[in-house]
Amino acid sequence: MWASILIASFGTYAEKLLGYLLPHHMLERESIRRMTGLLPVSLLAALVAVQTFAVDQAVAIDARLLGLGVAVVALLLRAPFLVVIIVAAASTALIRWLGWLP
Amino acid sequence: MGWKRGGRQTDGETRSIDRNALGIGIATGAYALSFGAISVASGLSVLQTQTLSLFMFTGASQFAFVGVIGAGGGAVIAIVTAMLLGARNSLYALSLGPVLSPKRTAIPVTALLTIDESTAMALRYDQSKKASRRAFFATGISVYVFWNIGTLFGSLGASALSDPGILGLDAAIPAGFLALLWPRLTGGSSSENRKMWALAVTSAAVALVLIPFLRPGLPVLFSALVAVAASLLWGKTSRPIEGA
Repeated sequence: MWASILIASFGTYAEKLLGYLLPHHMLERESIRRMTGLLPVSLLAALVAVQTFAVDQAVAIDARLLGLGVAVVALLLRAPFLVVIIVAAASTALIRWLGWLP
Repeated sequence: MGWKRGGRQTDGETRSIDRNALGIGIATGAYALSFGAISVASGLSVLQTQTLSLFMFTGASQFAFVGVIGAGGGAVIAIVTAMLLGARNSLYALSLGPVLSPKRTAIPVTALLTIDESTAMALRYDQSKKASRRAFFATGISVYVFWNIGTLFGSLGASALSDPGILGLDAAIPAGFLALLWPRLTGGSSSENRKMWALAVTSAAVALVLIPFLRPGLPVLFSALVAVAASLLWGKTSRPIEGA
């Protein structure tokens, strides 16, 4: 675990350094700019889906989906980040405690 | 006070920069609380969690890293996912280079502090180099301090719990990713937002369909191909319009 933490930390830090050290034209290509802008959207959306539905390698609907729905409502109401997280977690915990969903 | 616009920075301007930087720091500190808690719930120790906040110091990558580890995706996939999400920091550094013009000895620290928030502030206060620099470092340092304090309290708090599932922390993870994604879906023009929604929904669908066939973590990596395809597609169709 430690090795992967250090490698990932070094790798993401190196990405930041790269922008200051490399000559400009290498990263300034329009196609690269566009792709780096779109990558977070794809990855974050996929992470939302997987972390909501996956149980190991199976797809399941459980209390997490309700938590995500509550998070959407909180975001639509422009709630701050921590509130979004807390209401999602609390509603999920509540539904499990009531025994309505696993 | 306003008569120095475009020239040297005024005291009022410095104060407004510092005040904004502090506010952003406090907000991200609250977000770090949830990162610390989720990281420990994913199986990392308090010290490992803190190491990520001290040295990786880029929120989305940190969340993704512990998310993949917690889902059993393994080290390699966690590292690659974190780095794909961190690639945008290279572009931030690239656009900040001419604005901040850091001395060689200052580059290591400048690079560490290069994140969404500090970049946005530096580019917002672009009336002078001095103001940009002030905005970048005030925000970067403020976020760094609050981010690390928040991480520590979050991880210590979560490690005191016996079963994080009871508190619904597993649902906090997708909610956190959604909150990170949200500004990218709602922050642009309406045609831009429509494109981002289409990209997000397609990527989510691709990842979902792949869950049964690939080991945990890989479906998310495959969704990156949707971004690649979209950038090729939209590059062709949007270029003539943008050029006009």
